[in-house]
Amino acid sequence: MSTTMSFRSFLLRPLAACALVIGIGFAPALAAEGAPHPPREDWSFAGPFGKYDRAQLQRGFQVFKEVCASCHSAHLLAFRNLAQPGGPEFSEAQAKAVAEGYQVQDGPNDAGDMFDRPGRLSDRWPSPFPNEQAARASNGGAYPPDFSTLAKARTYEVGFPGFLIDILLQYQEQGPDYIHALLNGYKDPPEGFSLPEGAHYNEFFPGHAIKMPQPISEGQVTYSDGSPETVEQYSHDVTAFMMWVAEPHLEARKRLGFQVMIFLIIFAGLLYFTKKKVWKSVEH
Amino acid sequence: MSGHSTFEPKHPALKWFESRLPLVGLLHSSFVSYPTPRNLNYWWTFGGILSLMLVCQIATGVVLVMHYTPHASMAFDSVEHIMRDVSYGWLLRYMHANGASMFFIAVYIHMFRGLYYGSYKAPREVLWILGCIIYLLMMATAFMGYVLPWGQMSFWGATVITNLFSAFPVVGPTIVEWLWGGFSVDNATLNRFFSLHYLLPFMIAGVVVLHVWALHVVGQNNPTGVEPKSDKDTVPFTPYATIKDGFGMVCFLIFFAWFLFYIPNYLGHADNYIPANPLVTPAHIVPEWYYLPFYAMLRAVPSKLGGVLTMFSAIIVLFFVPWLDTSKVRSGRYRPLFKQFFWIWIAVCIGLGWLGSKPAEGGYVIAGRILTVWYFAHFLIVLPLLGLFEKPKAVPASITEAVLGKNKGGAPASAGVSAPQTKG
Repeated sequence: MSTTMSFRSFLLRPLAACALVIGIGFAPALAAEGAPHPPREDWSFAGPFGKYDRAQLQRGFQVFKEVCASCHSAHLLAFRNLAQPGGPEFSEAQAKAVAEGYQVQDGPNDAGDMFDRPGRLSDRWPSPFPNEQAARASNGGAYPPDFSTLAKARTYEVGFPGFLIDILLQYQEQGPDYIHALLNGYKDPPEGFSLPEGAHYNEFFPGHAIKMPQPISEGQVTYSDGSPETVEQYSHDVTAFMMWVAEPHLEARKRLGFQVMIFLIIFAGLLYFTKKKVWKSVEH
Repeated sequence: MSGHSTFEPKHPALKWFESRLPLVGLLHSSFVSYPTPRNLNYWWTFGGILSLMLVCQIATGVVLVMHYTPHASMAFDSVEHIMRDVSYGWLLRYMHANGASMFFIAVYIHMFRGLYYGSYKAPREVLWILGCIIYLLMMATAFMGYVLPWGQMSFWGATVITNLFSAFPVVGPTIVEWLWGGFSVDNATLNRFFSLHYLLPFMIAGVVVLHVWALHVVGQNNPTGVEPKSDKDTVPFTPYATIKDGFGMVCFLIFFAWFLFYIPNYLGHADNYIPANPLVTPAHIVPEWYYLPFYAMLRAVPSKLGGVLTMFSAIIVLFFVPWLDTSKVRSGRYRPLFKQFFWIWIAVCIGLGWLGSKPAEGGYVIAGRILTVWYFAHFLIVLPLLGLFEKPKAVPASITEAVLGKNKGGAPASAGVSAPQTKG
């Protein structure tokens, strides 16, 4: 993790300085896009050697289970995923225990009836509502989005030239940054802002009027590892968890990527010198 | 150019086979003894890179199809199934999605190189046109491929693009219904796009064979634009071009791997991780980056039909470049004015791309109109007139002379040909 951060700050400082200087000229254009940019958070899974923080994913799962999951589904998340490598890495027994805490409809049985049974590792996360209409009916007409891919389905426009610099920085955390900012972005509406009935003011939500009330407050979830029970901490943890739900093989991807890069760079070096030798006697 | 094969089979079994089907001889004359200009620079490695990308797309695509379900209610989750449950499915899927972008980056560089060095000029017109056909097929393939994950951008992109055809008078609405297989973009549309997305790459491969065949008939152009005149001007394809192409390919793969492993969603759109919903229109419907210049042109024209015609003309005009460029000198290297206009045109293309990603309002539209006019003016006015009025620099007598001249003094070769001298 320290390698990641030092690598990032090594690249970040001079580039961010450049971006700042060049960015001044573009500031009005960015402001015209609406909501302010979410601040860039330090995520353990960012950068070329990024990894999820197991304890953070476990805490994030706890927040999800106790708070978010009462309205939001995550229909692509299976109980078995909780015990898979590269995730929160609960033990299989723990994941099983979580699964058994839920009743899942199965069937039909030999008599042709559907029946409820305790969840198994192979089951997907049960949705809080039977369908979208039921979810809307219970949530003032708004549909709480499914968590399966949500962390990759949210973004904000970085603008020129930042979007080019982000290639070099390997910045791919727009989604988590936005979600984190949103969870911390509840405020009183400014003077003259007309908030529609049943909506809440959020600094980072496009249009600022969001149907979801502030979902979590200080001390709402009790952590067993002594981590601070603040909204800031909760939002970090649950956002990291959402990123894992959306991208469960991130660690394997970055690990393989490093190996492939090393191979390709060495291979390219060998090819370069071979090429030099082959062309040595031919002026070109 | 390629001449007869010098391949002499030694092994009796191979002799027997060669006398019945000279396949190895064909490969030998195409990829081993084929004479290639000695002065090719790295811009010429993109042909090989493109072949590599085509193979990569077909190979990953064939495996992806084994796990994908082309149904409106299952496609999105089946792609996520690939990402989550299939062994290395995330690798295949990201490789295929980013590979499409890499394919376009390579094809744009390849086309720009051809435009700069006059690779479309006689006798390479057919070679150039075959390339344009490949580009058109690539656009169709990539568009239909982007629809398959059935996310919000898939759905709405398909809706916007197919609706373009409704602009044609009388037959328009019928064409659109025929494309959709119904009265809106729906399961039938997804199914036919899936079928065509699988078919078109093999058609591309077929045209690529023709493209390479045409190349081997007329020979490669080179940075001087002077045809090889003696054996001294060329080197055998293997080992010279093979090793250089190989190095170019591996460097390109490093660039590819950077996106694939570290920022795999950078070139995509976040909205496509939201399942398609016909009832909710995304705030900005934006096509993939490689269509953005054409999207900007489409929206620059106030009438729908006009916009569609402008957009298609932007590609059609490429087919006529061999005859629109009237210059006797082939390579941009010896054309001082053309060089400047070429880079202005590149800037115009990039500018149009940026405008394509912006909402169609206010200054963006005005800028889009100016750049669209310039895009066409480059082909229809600048290229024909430049050939008549531009004074080209002296062109070297031969490739060898250019090469040796460069390495001796660092100055461009001047001796030999009685081409008009330029000032400055």
